[in-house]
Amino acid sequence: MFPNWFRRKRSSADFEAEIEAHLQLEADALAEQGIAGEQARTAAHRAFGNPARAKERFWESTHWVGLDSFWRDVRYATRCLRKTPGFTLTAIITLAVAIAANAVVFGALNAVILRPLDVPQPQSLYALQPRLNDTSLHMSYPDYLDFLRRNRSFQGLAAFNLTEAGVNSGTQAAEVWLTEVTGNYFDVLGIHPLLGRLLHASDEHGVNGVPGVVLSYAYWHSRFRNDPGVIGRTLLLDRHPFTIIGVTPRGFRGTIMFFRSQLFVPLLDAPQFEGVNQFQARAKPWLFFGAMGHLKPGVSRAAAVADLNAIGAELNKSYPREESPYSFSLKRPSLYGDFLGRPVRAFLGALMLLAALILLAACANLGSLFAARASDRAREVAMRLALGAGRLRVMRQLFTEALLVALAGGGIGLGCSVMLLQLLSRWRPLPQFPINLPVSPDAHVYEMALGLAILSGILFAAAPIRKVLRTEPYAVVKAGVGETRRAASKIRQTLLALQIAICALLITASLVAVRGLARTVHGHFGIAPQNAMLVTTDLTMAGYPPAAMPAMQKRMLAAVHAMPGVQAVGLTDWVPLGNEGWKDEPVFRDSAADRRTSQEAADATVLKISPGYLRAAGTALLAGRDLAWSDDAGAARVALVNQKFARQLFGSTAAAMGQHYRLQDGTRIEVAGVVENGKYNSLTETQEPAMFLPLLQWPSTSSVMVVRSARNPQALVRALKQRLRQLDPGLPSLVQTWNQAMSGPLFASRIAASALGLLGFMGAILSLTGIFGLAASAVGKRRRELGIRMALGALPRQLLRAALGPVLRLLAIGSTAGLVLGILAARVLGAVVYKATPRDPLVMAGVVAAMALIGSVAMWVPARRALEIRPAALLRED
Amino acid sequence: MLTRTEKERLELMQGSLDLLILRTLIFGPHHGQAIAHAIQDSSGKELLVEHGALYPALQRLEERGWIAAEWGTSSNNRRARFYELTRGGRAQLVRATEKWKRFSAAMARVLDAKEG
Repeated sequence: MFPNWFRRKRSSADFEAEIEAHLQLEADALAEQGIAGEQARTAAHRAFGNPARAKERFWESTHWVGLDSFWRDVRYATRCLRKTPGFTLTAIITLAVAIAANAVVFGALNAVILRPLDVPQPQSLYALQPRLNDTSLHMSYPDYLDFLRRNRSFQGLAAFNLTEAGVNSGTQAAEVWLTEVTGNYFDVLGIHPLLGRLLHASDEHGVNGVPGVVLSYAYWHSRFRNDPGVIGRTLLLDRHPFTIIGVTPRGFRGTIMFFRSQLFVPLLDAPQFEGVNQFQARAKPWLFFGAMGHLKPGVSRAAAVADLNAIGAELNKSYPREESPYSFSLKRPSLYGDFLGRPVRAFLGALMLLAALILLAACANLGSLFAARASDRAREVAMRLALGAGRLRVMRQLFTEALLVALAGGGIGLGCSVMLLQLLSRWRPLPQFPINLPVSPDAHVYEMALGLAILSGILFAAAPIRKVLRTEPYAVVKAGVGETRRAASKIRQTLLALQIAICALLITASLVAVRGLARTVHGHFGIAPQNAMLVTTDLTMAGYPPAAMPAMQKRMLAAVHAMPGVQAVGLTDWVPLGNEGWKDEPVFRDSAADRRTSQEAADATVLKISPGYLRAAGTALLAGRDLAWSDDAGAARVALVNQKFARQLFGSTAAAMGQHYRLQDGTRIEVAGVVENGKYNSLTETQEPAMFLPLLQWPSTSSVMVVRSARNPQALVRALKQRLRQLDPGLPSLVQTWNQAMSGPLFASRIAASALGLLGFMGAILSLTGIFGLAASAVGKRRRELGIRMALGALPRQLLRAALGPVLRLLAIGSTAGLVLGILAARVLGAVVYKATPRDPLVMAGVVAAMALIGSVAMWVPARRALEIRPAALLRED
Repeated sequence: MLTRTEKERLELMQGSLDLLILRTLIFGPHHGQAIAHAIQDSSGKELLVEHGALYPALQRLEERGWIAAEWGTSSNNRRARFYELTRGGRAQLVRATEKWKRFSAAMARVLDAKEG
């Protein structure tokens, strides 16, 4: 009774062989009866009937649900898809865009947040974030030592600081970032050397005691070409000899996600690079990365926090003047605590949400595309049902088509995202820093993208299923395609209107950002970056003792000033709107007796400048005099202040002249002149008070030379480098235009503009396919009605209004909503992009033009199809 | 309406062909061509077996486990697939024969009654 499940299926070849054998035997039998060879064969064939029919019946009996029918489905689906290239391409592109967006965002999320650091047991490694309101991990060295020695919760606590140094090899000088680590750093992290040995706590022999340097794998690879003989060689760092003692393993790049550590030196050698010894300064939290370590087994996070806070309270009691209250929390080290962690998580979370919305919109579009296609093909489906195809069979066919589209779209999307992620990994957003985003895709990303593609394929294939299940072949063939149900199409329309609104919002936002960016480049911020060059040198790196610096700086200025084409030149310790961090200090009224920070008259941005800087930087002097070379260490302390400073302390520019104010340490300073306001740290900051102190009275180890010249920048860069080499061949220098250096403050605007632009583009594509899908199905469903209208003499314009009017209305409503939302969202944009406002006629016109373009591209084909309806042909068809 | 009757007739034919095949194989293994001729000969050439229909029927019986097949050599030294009755096949033959006899007796009675 039961079929034999386990017996191997008989092959059709075997069956054919049997038929052949039969024909042979039959011919033999006939030959015996005296019929000649060829005739016998023909007779045998005749008696047999149609062998193909027999084979077919055999095939049907054995291949009931075999793989063959799957391949037949695939082949048939491919043929169907190829017959409608417009539909297929639209569907594939839509899905590719959505999958690419999701894969890129997920790739970043995966790399930055989900993937743990490449160190042993990353799950128990925590960074100590000392305070609630300050998200950085800064700590002073004495505090670090106290927490290291007194805590009972961690297996060990390591700290490090980041600093820049000059590496000297013979004639060439280059800048490199040092990670100054405590002796126990590698042991706390559990890192073992690839080559040589790493630093240990036992290596700490007092300040500047151990001149040993550990290379990162990347530095060893790029600089020494994996030469194993480097161990024991000497590297000149800021002209101090350091012995190379080891190389870290390949995967290790430090404990901060974006920052690629290049060289590791002992923290106790820091004074050689910083110029100051701050190991005793309890009030100076100069350690960039305070402390991190593995929790002891069995110690909970809460217990560790309580332990640390108790130590903090003791320190507060012992050193009330230096310490401010501690309130610890434990964070992941990879994103530098909450400082990067919070914005990065928020940013990526928002992006993931947006990507998910894009996928949802794409699925909705694809669903409506497939539904439109199903109603276009209702006749075909009905025919197949009438000819005896099972509904299951027809549905399987539709699913196969959807899956093919899903796989093609998913594949293309994944390919694009892999390329984008690799590009992102290689990207160096700020060339001065060894920063990159290690977001190369891994297996998780591939799995996610393909999973999403297949899932969405199943989803959008499911849309027309009910329609297929309800198809009454007889009714369809007799009466043509019926009306779809109203409710479903209402939902589709709402979804599309929402999509158009989001698209218009994104386009508005990106146009606003681009306009803001353009304004920024041509704006005036109290400096004139055009035609200005920045020469960054660090005399400490070149080994100059502090006493010799002013003389050398003067020589450099004189040398550059003598160069042809140089209009003005000046020095400053840092550049407004450059990438280096800005400095500010509290200032007090002359009469103030209490000079605690809480009593400050202003928190002023501080620049230390040489004479000539104002002219070189293009900052206008409004009153008083410029600084002079005579304002040196021996003369009375003077300063220039900006208008905001003058108004805040003295009431007005005029009132400020000749007045005095004090710094926190009591130094009394006379206002020698007032300069115009400007932006110093970021373009979107509110106006800050600022003071300009003479460099000769306040020596600084780092200095940037601002060179104003109308000469060709490239030629000028070469000439400047040559001139500096003549002065001192061992002086590392970075020459760039001021506009290049402004990439930092422009960074946020640029990122915002490009991210919004990309999202706007995706939104545009999705709206395009959505409108196309709706318009196409609107025309497809109403062909009969349109044909009748045409037959009754409707003009093309009237016909189009009838066919596409609802879609056009949707487009208008969506675009208007998007534009209004964009205007409402301007405040958010204003925080990132300078002077961002959508109330700009150019932006408004741009949005309207973009939406009109999208609409007309999307409706072009459906409109043509509506106009090409031939009533006579339609009558014959139905 | 047409489709339906055709289908029924086909099934009837199939049933009787199956029975004839099983019956023929009771005398020992035969290959397809021999089975066809045996049926024709033993029915006094009344029943004409379409050779093309025979093989799908054989395949069906084999799948149900009523007959077993093996390639062998015919009397005139040709390769051929030989069929043999299985235990299940014998039981089925008894059942089907019984049913068929009842059916044809009933048919005959009805037809006779009508004539008389």
